[in-house]
Amino acid sequence: MLQGWVIVAVSFAYLGALFAIASYGDRRAEAGRSIIANPYIYALSLAVYCTTWTFYGSVGRAASSGIGFLPVYLGPTLMVALWWYVMRKIIRISKAQRITSIADFIATRYGKSQMLGGLVTVIAVVGVIPYIALQLKAISGGFTILLHYPAIVMPDKAAAVPLVSDSALYVAAVLAAFTVLFGTRHLDATERHEGLVAAIAFESLVKLVAFLAVGAFVTFGVYGGFADIFTRAAKVPSLEALMTVPGGGGGYATWAFLTFLSMLSILFLPRQFQISVVENVDEDHIEKATWLFPLYLLLINVFVLPVALGGLMRFTGGGVDADTFVLTVPMAERAEGLTLLAFLGGLSAGSGMVIVETIALSTMVCNDLVMPVLLRLSALRINQRRDLSGLLIAIRRLAIAAILLLAYVYFRVAGEAYALVSIGLISFAAVAQFAPAILGGLYWRNATRSGAVAGLLGGFAVWAYTLLLPSFARSGWLPASFLTEGPLGLGLLRPHQLFGLAGLDDISHGVLWSMLANAGLYVGVSLTGPPSHAVSMQATLFVDVFRHTQGAERTRLLRGSASVHELLPLVGRFLGPERAREAFAAYARRRGVASPEALPADAGLVQFAETQLAGAIGGASARVVVASVVQEEPPGLDEVMDILDEASQARAYSRELEQKSRELEAATTGLRAANERLQELDRMKDDFMSTVTHELRTPLTSIRAFSEILLEDPHIELGQRTLFRSIIVKETERLTRLINQMLDMAKIESGNAEWRAAELDLREVVAESAEATSQLFSEARVALTLLLGESAPRVMADRDRLMQVLINLLSNAVKFCQPGRGLVEIRLTTMGGQARVDVKDNGPGIPRHQHETIFEKFRQGGDSATGKPRGTGLGLPISRRIVEHFGGRLWVESEPGHGATFTFVLPVEPVAADVPAGVEIGAT
Amino acid sequence: MSSRILIIDDEPNIVLSLEFLMKREGYDVAVAGDGEVALRAMAERRPDLVILDVMMPKLNGFEVCQRIRAEPAFRGVRVLMLTAKGRETEMKKGLELGADAYVTKPFSTKELVAEIRRLLEPRG
Repeated sequence: MLQGWVIVAVSFAYLGALFAIASYGDRRAEAGRSIIANPYIYALSLAVYCTTWTFYGSVGRAASSGIGFLPVYLGPTLMVALWWYVMRKIIRISKAQRITSIADFIATRYGKSQMLGGLVTVIAVVGVIPYIALQLKAISGGFTILLHYPAIVMPDKAAAVPLVSDSALYVAAVLAAFTVLFGTRHLDATERHEGLVAAIAFESLVKLVAFLAVGAFVTFGVYGGFADIFTRAAKVPSLEALMTVPGGGGGYATWAFLTFLSMLSILFLPRQFQISVVENVDEDHIEKATWLFPLYLLLINVFVLPVALGGLMRFTGGGVDADTFVLTVPMAERAEGLTLLAFLGGLSAGSGMVIVETIALSTMVCNDLVMPVLLRLSALRINQRRDLSGLLIAIRRLAIAAILLLAYVYFRVAGEAYALVSIGLISFAAVAQFAPAILGGLYWRNATRSGAVAGLLGGFAVWAYTLLLPSFARSGWLPASFLTEGPLGLGLLRPHQLFGLAGLDDISHGVLWSMLANAGLYVGVSLTGPPSHAVSMQATLFVDVFRHTQGAERTRLLRGSASVHELLPLVGRFLGPERAREAFAAYARRRGVASPEALPADAGLVQFAETQLAGAIGGASARVVVASVVQEEPPGLDEVMDILDEASQARAYSRELEQKSRELEAATTGLRAANERLQELDRMKDDFMSTVTHELRTPLTSIRAFSEILLEDPHIELGQRTLFRSIIVKETERLTRLINQMLDMAKIESGNAEWRAAELDLREVVAESAEATSQLFSEARVALTLLLGESAPRVMADRDRLMQVLINLLSNAVKFCQPGRGLVEIRLTTMGGQARVDVKDNGPGIPRHQHETIFEKFRQGGDSATGKPRGTGLGLPISRRIVEHFGGRLWVESEPGHGATFTFVLPVEPVAADVPAGVEIGAT
Repeated sequence: MSSRILIIDDEPNIVLSLEFLMKREGYDVAVAGDGEVALRAMAERRPDLVILDVMMPKLNGFEVCQRIRAEPAFRGVRVLMLTAKGRETEMKKGLELGADAYVTKPFSTKELVAEIRRLLEPRG
């Protein structure tokens, strides 16, 4: 006989064994000889995915929908194939950032947002509580059935049982106690529980063995093997339908949605994240898990249909709930030991799930919900407490108790309205809401915090409306009309036919709408603006994690500095002073420093402290705590450039490319301009050479022609001969003058001219120049008037050069005057520190457009009467350079027909100036 | 009847030497100091040959040559271009514009006279 005390004793013995395994595992871990550091343990621990829902529920679902139980296992099998890409990335990121939970992961990804961490925690708790409730229901149900052995009696509705005699309450209490013992014995920076993982792996083994034993017993013991069961079932029309995919359009849609949901669940259920990411020892274990875990799923499903069919054939009439077949079929066969083993299998499936799930949730509640609030409440003076590790543990223990209490309440309120499977699927749909924010966060750099918040809020709201509230309505806590007619009679808002969408089952319907809202808002809101600096920084660390973690841990966390004297006590308050000191000492050794006190107060130390704290209280809270003592520096230019470079590499590349092409264009334009300028200079040089050649060849032509004429014919008449000879002489003089002036010009331009500056009396120089050109004037019968005034301004200049200028101007004036009627006037004045000389003639004048060009080389003004200028074309250019050399200016004023006035000014030397005459200024 | 030659140059001494040379050869010689005067003189009395300087104020030698070739009344007038600019491109330009010969300054009196004599030989 299986009596109550026997069952209780066996149960406690089993839990005690688990605890022993866990303690052993922890001790081995502390000794550095981990028992879980192999891929087989990792794969087994992943099987925490299989709960009582699998153990009891699969058979139940198979009994009602045949192979319809399979999608929940197909999804993970498909997803595991992608693990090498997705899970390995999540694990790498989590290790680099010391991530402790799924809430921590999302919060850290979007700039260590406390708000997001809290939101994810709320969604996870609300979403997963029905799932925990399901375990309580299954375990207590199994216990109740066993109590009536050998009679097969279904448990009463929970609501009908008085609280004190409800076994589910005791199950919840016992599991809470165990979870506290397992999961919160101490705080660890990595939030890893090696012993727990070992125990979970053991539980996976137990439930697999139990289920295989029951399956083999039913298949081979009760019936004559697989063929026998299926042949018999095929004879019953209602059972035959179970062996095909259900007909109708909804059938395949349901399959697709369930597969999709379970694909996401294997990644994002808090307990899966805890086991597969946080507790992961070595990311290479994933490789073996990708085939070991599907193998486990296959084994635990092999006997589902035979047990379901066997149960249905054994208990005709529907008096026995198919969810209990795993227990009740062995009971009906009076297989006492097997029944007890089946119960232990169910207990292991349920307890494993509850323990890991509540530990994961309590970590989230503590780090992402309670701590941020406590840290803000300055009234608690939490920052001044010396050791907070005790407080943290207390918070987690309370959270575990509260979560299990909530689950029990849900069980009492809503647990009876649904089969096991449906409750589980509601939870799956809740955690699926994390998918856009996490998967997007892994690959999409431009996702923003607002996008993540909007997506999560939207998806969660639709989930609650289409799946959670209806479960209350079915249990009678909300009016039934809420389901049938919609809130306030609005048919369009009926939770199971939202906006008129019908034809899908409740779960698929809810998943479709919530995922649409979630992903739509996440992408839509993210696209409205660029991510903030902090989010961009995290985006780089997440998206490019494989680039950043090739060598040493290189994470950009807080910039800034704080000394070890501030950081060590701070970390100590959360981890406990001793653990903190050990951690800092290890860090000091790694950096080759003798003691923690000698650690430099740099950004590396701050990051170390932050990761230590992140392990204990989560990334977002750690940031706040550390920031309180760190003098954070604004990001430097280098870092901003780095971030620009990394966080938006595509953008940066295209911008760089554009920039380069712009630069290239500018360079091309510049090059073209330079080339044009060169060509222009080349043409100018050519023109100049051509002009010089012309100027030299012209006198030479006359000289040569007349020389040849005279040589050939000695008998030319005397008058002509004399004329020709004088032309040869004049042209020779012209040629000589031209060559001299060209050399002079070349010297001045190259800076090789010699200047002998001395203080001169300008009046004297002008008078002397007039004297020198008097012959010219009298020959041309041009009158010269000197208006020199009284003053004798003194200027600093080279006497010969100044004479050269004056003679040039005077001879030009003569040249352009009409012989006999010419009048030239030279005037000297002093005004405002400047001596001014005007040379005025009454010649034809110079048109305005030539006022500047006559000062250019070989551009002398034309004589419109004869068309030919007279002179070398270098006199004025040389004169202007001489005047400018001594700080003056030379220009012309003229109206055609009214003569021309050439004027130059020179600065006057101060009268008292005591500069000795003849000072050599020297070559410039 | 001797051939008529028009000398077009703005350099008085060169004009003087050319005038002397051509007269000595027995030609009927006229003189013009720039292109415009030359074209007017040609319209009054058509020369058989013009000696044309390139670098002149107002109309330069190339422009005068172009006008001569464009005027049907001047068909058959020989053009000898005379220039102090000896560049290949300018020589080519002159010949393309219809000049019959291109002589650079300073010239050999003998060669110039020979060239003019050759140009004035009856064609055919």
